[in-house]
Amino acid sequence: MPRRDDLHRILVIGSGPIVIGQACEFDYSGVQACKVLRAEGYEVVLVNSNPATIMTDPEFAEATYVEPITAEYVGKIIERERPDAILPTLGGQTGLNVAMDLAASGVLDAFDVEMIGASPESIRRAEDRRAFKETMHEAGLDLPRSAFAYSIEEAVNAAEEIGYPVVVRPSYVLGGGGSGIVRDEGSLRRVVAEGIRLSTIGEVLIEESIFGWKEFELELMRDRNDNVVVVCSIENVDPMGVHTGDSVTVAPAMTLTDVEYQGMRDDGARVMRAIGVETGGSNVQFAVHPGTGRRVLIEMNPRVSRSSALASKATGFPIAKIAAKLAVGYSLDEILNDITKKTPASFEPSIDYVVVKIPRWTFEKFPGAETTLGTKMKSVGEVMAIGRTFCEALQKGFRSLERDHLGVGSRRKDLSLEDLRGAIGAPTEERLHLVEQALAQGMPVSEVAEATSIDPWFLEQIGRLAAADASLAGIGSLDAVGPTTLRKAKRLGFSDARLGQMVGASEAEVRERRLALGIVPTYKTVDTCAAEFEASTPYHYSTYEDEDEVRDGDRAKILILGSGPNRIGQGIEFDYCCVHAAFALREAGYETIMLNCNPETVSTDYDTSDRLYFEPLTFEDVMNVVEREHPVGVIVQLGGQTPLKLASALDRAGVPILGTSPDSIDRAEDRERFGAVLADLRLPHPPNGLARSVAEARAVAESIGYPVLVRPSYVLGGRAMEIVYEESSLERYIATAVQVSPSHPVLVDRFLEGAIEVDCDALFDGEDIYIGGVLEHIEEAGIHSGDSACVLPPFTLNDDQIDEIVAHTAAIARALDVRGLINIQFAMKDEQVYVLEANPRASRTVPFVSKATGVPLAKAAARLMAGATIAELRAEGMVPSRCVGHEGIEHVAVKEAVLPFDRFPGVDTVLGPEMRATGEVMGIDRTFGGAFAKAESAAGVRLPTKGTVFISVANRDKRAAIFPAKRLQDLGFNLLATRGTAKLLRRVGVHTDVVGKVSATDGSGEPNVAERIARGEIDLIFNTPFGRGARTDGYFIRTAAVEAGVPSITTMAGMAAAVQAIETLRDEGVSVRSLQDYLNELGDDTDI
Amino acid sequence: MSRSERPPALLALEDGTTFSGDGFGATATVTGEVCFNTALTGYQEVLTDPSYHGQIVAMTAPQIGNTGVNVWDDQSRRPWVSGFIVRELADAPSSWRAEGTLEDYLRGHGIPGIAEVDTRRLTRHIRDRGAMRGAVSTEIVDTGRLVDVARSARDMVGADLASEVTTGAPYRWGPDQVARRIEHGYVAGSEDAPSSAGLMDRYDGPRRKIAAFDFGIKHNILDLLVVGGFDVTVVPASTSAEEVLSGGYDAVFLSNGPGDPDAVTYAIDAVAALLGRVPIFGICLGHQILALALGARTFKLPFGHRGGNHPVKRLDHDHVEITCQNHGFAVEPHSLDGTRARLSHINLNDGTVEGLIVPGVAFSVQYHPEAGPGPHDSRYLFQDLRRLIDDFEPTELQPGATAAR
Repeated sequence: MPRRDDLHRILVIGSGPIVIGQACEFDYSGVQACKVLRAEGYEVVLVNSNPATIMTDPEFAEATYVEPITAEYVGKIIERERPDAILPTLGGQTGLNVAMDLAASGVLDAFDVEMIGASPESIRRAEDRRAFKETMHEAGLDLPRSAFAYSIEEAVNAAEEIGYPVVVRPSYVLGGGGSGIVRDEGSLRRVVAEGIRLSTIGEVLIEESIFGWKEFELELMRDRNDNVVVVCSIENVDPMGVHTGDSVTVAPAMTLTDVEYQGMRDDGARVMRAIGVETGGSNVQFAVHPGTGRRVLIEMNPRVSRSSALASKATGFPIAKIAAKLAVGYSLDEILNDITKKTPASFEPSIDYVVVKIPRWTFEKFPGAETTLGTKMKSVGEVMAIGRTFCEALQKGFRSLERDHLGVGSRRKDLSLEDLRGAIGAPTEERLHLVEQALAQGMPVSEVAEATSIDPWFLEQIGRLAAADASLAGIGSLDAVGPTTLRKAKRLGFSDARLGQMVGASEAEVRERRLALGIVPTYKTVDTCAAEFEASTPYHYSTYEDEDEVRDGDRAKILILGSGPNRIGQGIEFDYCCVHAAFALREAGYETIMLNCNPETVSTDYDTSDRLYFEPLTFEDVMNVVEREHPVGVIVQLGGQTPLKLASALDRAGVPILGTSPDSIDRAEDRERFGAVLADLRLPHPPNGLARSVAEARAVAESIGYPVLVRPSYVLGGRAMEIVYEESSLERYIATAVQVSPSHPVLVDRFLEGAIEVDCDALFDGEDIYIGGVLEHIEEAGIHSGDSACVLPPFTLNDDQIDEIVAHTAAIARALDVRGLINIQFAMKDEQVYVLEANPRASRTVPFVSKATGVPLAKAAARLMAGATIAELRAEGMVPSRCVGHEGIEHVAVKEAVLPFDRFPGVDTVLGPEMRATGEVMGIDRTFGGAFAKAESAAGVRLPTKGTVFISVANRDKRAAIFPAKRLQDLGFNLLATRGTAKLLRRVGVHTDVVGKVSATDGSGEPNVAERIARGEIDLIFNTPFGRGARTDGYFIRTAAVEAGVPSITTMAGMAAAVQAIETLRDEGVSVRSLQDYLNELGDDTDI
Repeated sequence: MSRSERPPALLALEDGTTFSGDGFGATATVTGEVCFNTALTGYQEVLTDPSYHGQIVAMTAPQIGNTGVNVWDDQSRRPWVSGFIVRELADAPSSWRAEGTLEDYLRGHGIPGIAEVDTRRLTRHIRDRGAMRGAVSTEIVDTGRLVDVARSARDMVGADLASEVTTGAPYRWGPDQVARRIEHGYVAGSEDAPSSAGLMDRYDGPRRKIAAFDFGIKHNILDLLVVGGFDVTVVPASTSAEEVLSGGYDAVFLSNGPGDPDAVTYAIDAVAALLGRVPIFGICLGHQILALALGARTFKLPFGHRGGNHPVKRLDHDHVEITCQNHGFAVEPHSLDGTRARLSHINLNDGTVEGLIVPGVAFSVQYHPEAGPGPHDSRYLFQDLRRLIDDFEPTELQPGATAAR
C-alpha cells in the first residue's frame, strides 16, 4: 500500500526536556520522523518544549512550537494548525500521554484529527495494567501469575496458589509505597495488612516473583499488511529486578538457543497483533527462568523507546524513520533498507559484532539518594560500544563512560573475598567491577552466578578478562610483552592505558610499542546484514582483525569529537552543537567525521555526518581514528568537557585542532593564567585564589573574605562546588568533598551574595565579534547556571550594562584569540560587572540562544573554526547583520531547568552551586510573565491560578516576600505561613493563616504543613532555605512537595517571576505561536 | 581443550586467500565449499542439517557455542559440515538445555573447526568473489600446501550429494518421536498454537500417509508433518515412482538436501512420473527437483542464501515472511514460462524464485518453512499440504510438460 494521500498535515509530538528515563533518544527518533514526513511531501507541525533538540530547528517543520507538551497547549496548537493527523509514538511516554489526554477530552474528534502510528485503543491495551493482562491472556501469552486480594486470607490463598516468593503491590497508593517481596506466610500477612490499609481501594496485587530471572527485550515493527519483523534482540546482563535502563545490556541476545529465541519471536509478534500496533515499532520485554526456560511477558511499549534507539544504533536499522513511513501508509517491503540501498526494510538485521550498552549514573550529585538499583530507573545517560566480541565491547564500553575507567581490573578496591561475597548481591553501579574482582580473586563462576543471578556465560567472559589481566600483569615489563600477547590483549579490548598500568609503562610507551609492532585497529562496518550485501553507509567501529573496510574519500575531512554519555552538566546541548557542526561543514564541502559513543543522540545517527565512528572518546581511540582518516582538523570545542579534556594531548601528538588553540583554552580554564588575562584587560573579577593544600585554602579564604565559593579546577556542571560561609565549613568541605593536592588544586572565589548572574554567548573570528545573546539569570548568583532559569533578552539590565557586557566579551575573546564560540559568565552586584569565568567553547546555552534568536551559533562556530570569517557568514546569511542576537526581538524567551528530584526521594531540593538539572525547557511569549509561565509548565511545574499558597522564607528574604505575597492575595489566593512569616505578613495587611511547623507539632491535632501538603491542601510553596541540613523544617516541606507534586520555589527571584507568570496566566490564559512566526518578525537577513 | 591449548589452524580458499586461527574440534584436514550463514541463533541446527554436507560453514555471528549442544536440537543423526569457522568459540556454554560443549561435540564427530578468524573478511570475500572451494586444517601449516588441498576439493556443480546423505532404508516417523521432542521444548509453539504442549492435539482430522523423499531431510520437517496430521514414511532418495505409488500414500514430500539438483536425475524422473498422480510438496532441493521435473531449469547462485532473515513475498497474499534459507542453487525464473507451474513466492532481496505452484497438483518452496533454525512465519505451508490433499484430483500432465529425460 503506498503513501496515504488523504493526509496533508501531521502533528509530531516531541518528548520535552531530558529527564531520567526519557532522554535525547526521542530527539533522534523525532528528527528521523520529521525528515521522512517532509521528504514524503507532508507538512509537519511539531511541538517540543526542549530547545536543545535538533527537531526544533525551524528547518525540520513547517511550524515548530516550542511550547509545553500538555493537552492544554497542544490542543491550542491543533486549533491553530488543524492537522489531519497526530503522530504520538515518537515522543516517548510524554507523547503518548498527551495524545491520550487529547483523545479522551474530545479534542481530536472535535478537530477531526486522526491518531496515526498507534490507535488510542491499542495504547490503552498496552498501558492499562488490567487491560494488558486480559489481552495477553486471551492471546495465550504467559505472564507472571497474579491475583488481586482484598483481605489477608484471600492474599494467603493466592500466594499458596502462585508459590512463594511473591510480590505484594497495593493498588492506588500515592508514591507507590507499600510494595514488597515476601517469602513466607508470616511476612505476607504483615505486608498485606499494611498494603490494604495504604490502598485507597483496599486492594493488593499478589504477583509471582520473577526477580533474578533473565531479562530480554525484542524490538519489533509491524505494518498494516501484518508483516512483523524483529529488528533486534537485547539481553540484559543484570537480571530481572533492575530496570532495563539501569542494566548493562547486550545485543544480540547471547544465551538463547534457536528454539527459545524463535519462541520469543513468535510471542513478540503475537503481542504486537493482540495489542493492535498496526504501523510502527514496539518494545516487548520478557523474563526467562534460567533453570526451566519458562518465558513470561513483562511489558510492551507501543512506541519507539530508549531501547529502540539503541537497537537502531546497534543494527543500523532506523526504527523511527521506518515507523514514520509505516504510519503514513507504506508497508515494510515498500521501504528500502537505507544501508544496503538494494534490499527492502522487511527483513531482520543480522549483526556480526556484539553491542554492549552501559548506563551512566550520577549519584555523587544526590547525596543521600539510594544507590541500590531497582525497578525505578536512576541513570542519566548511557554509552554503547561495539566490538567483535562481548569482551572487547564491554571494555570499550567501560572506557566510554569517562569514569577514569581504563577497563577491567583498573577499578579494584581493597576488599577481601568475604567482603566481595557480601557486596555483589546488591545491584549497584559498581557491581560488575566487584564481580570482576571477585572472579579475579578466585571466586568460582557458579558462586558469583548464585549471588548475582547474572548468567554464567557473561561471568565466564568477565572471568576471562580477569585472567588475561592477571597474566598481563605478571609479565613485568613492556619490553617483555611480545607481539602475540599484545595483539591478544588488544583483541580482548584492553586499552593502552590499562596495559601500561599493568606493565609499569605510560600509555604513550604502550602506544609506541604497539605501533612499532604494527598492531593497529581495523575498522569494520555496521551494515544490517552481516556483510551479506554491500553497504553504502560508512558507519564504523574498531576491532583488531585482518581487514579494514574504510574507504578513502577525496574531500578534506574534519573530525568532530562528540560529548559522550549524557550526564548532569553535559547533556544534549553539546550533541546539538556537534550535529550542527556536521551539517554546516558538510554543506561547506568538507567530509565530516563524527566520533561519539552515545547511542541516544542525533550525532550518532549514521546520516548526520559523512562518516560515523562509534568509539570511546579517549586519547587512544581518537588517535586511532585520526591516524586512519588524516583529517585536516579536529573540532574539540563543541562537545563539552569530554573532547576539551583531550585537546592538549591531541595537540601534543601533532593533531591539528581547529578553532581556538589548546593553549588559549588552557589560558581560560587555568585560574591563574585567566587571572592574568583579566588583569591585563583591567576587568574586574571576584577576588580569588588557587589552593594546593588545606592550609593554602584557609589562607586564600581569609584574604579574600567569606563567603567563598570553592570547587575543584576543571569541572563542568559544578561538580563538588560549594558556597562556604566560615572556616569550619571550608575545612569540612575540603575534608569530605574533594581531594586537594598540588596536581588537584582547589579554586576559592569570593562569593558575591545576591548578585545577578549573566551569561553571554559570542562568536569571534579573530577580528569580528557577533554576540549571540546576553542572558540574565532569574536565580541569583550561587545557584549553578545550569539549574537557574534565564531570560533573553535580559529583563532588568539597562542598555549601558548590556553594552558593558558586550564590550568585556569582545575584549576577552580577542585576548584569548578565540576562533569560534566563547561563553562568559558575569555577575552584577551594586552596579558593578564582574567576570566570573570564560569558556572558549560551546556552552549549554548555545541551543537556547540559537532558538530564541534564530541564529545557528554552532553552525557558524564550526565554519569559523574551518577558516571562514563572520563577514563571510553574514554574506551567506548564516549570521545576521545586527551585532547582538537579541537586538530587535519582540518576544521573550525563558530557559528553565528540569530537576530529577522525583527519582531520588529524600534528597533535598534546595538549589545551589552544584548542578543537578538533567535537562531544560524553553518558554517563549510576548511578555516575561507569559514566557516564564510556559517554561514552568513545560518543566512540569503546574503554577496554580487559584488556591492556597504556603510561604516560609528565611529572615533575610522576609521583606522581599511582602510584595509578591500581597499580589497573590489580590489575585485571590489564600495565604498560609508559619508563625513568624505570618506575623510579618499580617502586619503589612496581608491576611495569612498560620500552620504549624513540622518540627514543632504542638499536639493540638492540627495538621502541620507537611501533612497539609500531603493531603493536597496546598497548591504552591515558596520556601527559601535557612540553615541547610537534612532534618530542618524546610527539608521536610520540600520533600513533601516533591512527593505530592506541588510546585515548590526556593528562591526569591523565582517567587517574583512565578507571581508574574500567575498573573499572566489569569489575565491572558494560554496562547501558542510557532517559532517560525516569532523569527519571521525579525524580518532581517537571518537564515533560520 | 582450553583456549590456550588450541593448536594453530588454517583456512585456505582455492583462489589462494588464507586465514589463520585456532583449531578446535577434531585434528584433521578437510575440504569443501566454503560458505557463510548469517543466522544469529541455531548453530547446532546448521551443523546437523544434511544440506550442508560437503561444505565448510562460517557463522557470521561472532559468538558461537554459547548455549552448547543438546540432543533435541539435532536436525539429523549427525553433523554434516566438513568444517566449521567461527570468530569466537565459547569456552563454557550456559543454557538450561545444554548437555555438552560444541567443541567436544565436533571432536566426537571428527569435524575440525577454526576459531579467531576474521569471519567478516571471509564473508565479504565470498560475497564479492562467490562461493569457492576451500580447506580447513589443524595439521597443515603451510599456506601454499593447503591452497593446493583446497583446489583438490570436489566441485558442487554436478555433484549428487543427496545419495550420500539419504537413508538406506525406509523408516517411520510418527507421534511417538515427536511427543518426546515436544516435551523437551524442542518443537517451539507457532503463531497459531502458542504452546508446544498443545501442538499434538491441534490436528483432529483423519491422519494421512505421506512418503517423504529423503535427500537430506531435517527432523523439524518430519515433526511438522506429524503435527500436521501425517504418518510419515521416510524413503530413500532413489525410491522410484512405482514404489511410491504402490505404497498407498496420500501425498509425497520432497525434502531439502545438499548438492546440485541437476545431478539427482533419478529423483527428477521419479517426481516427473508422480506429478498429477499424487499431491506433492517440496522444500529446498525438493523444490528444485520439482521444478526440474516440471521442465524448468536451475542455476548456481554466486554465494547462495544461508541465514534466518530473508524476506520472501507470498505473492497471492501480499504478505512478507521472514525465512530460513539454505541453498546454493535456485530455479531460473524464466524457465518456469511454458511449464504448468507459476511463481508463488519471491525473495525480496534479490528477486529469486522462492516458491512455485501447480494448482491442485503440487507446490514447493525454496526456503525452509520448518525453520530449525529460523523464524516460524511459514508453517502455514504444512496446512496448505492438507488442503492440497483434500482438493486433489489425479490428472495426467500434458506430454512435454514434464522434463524430457
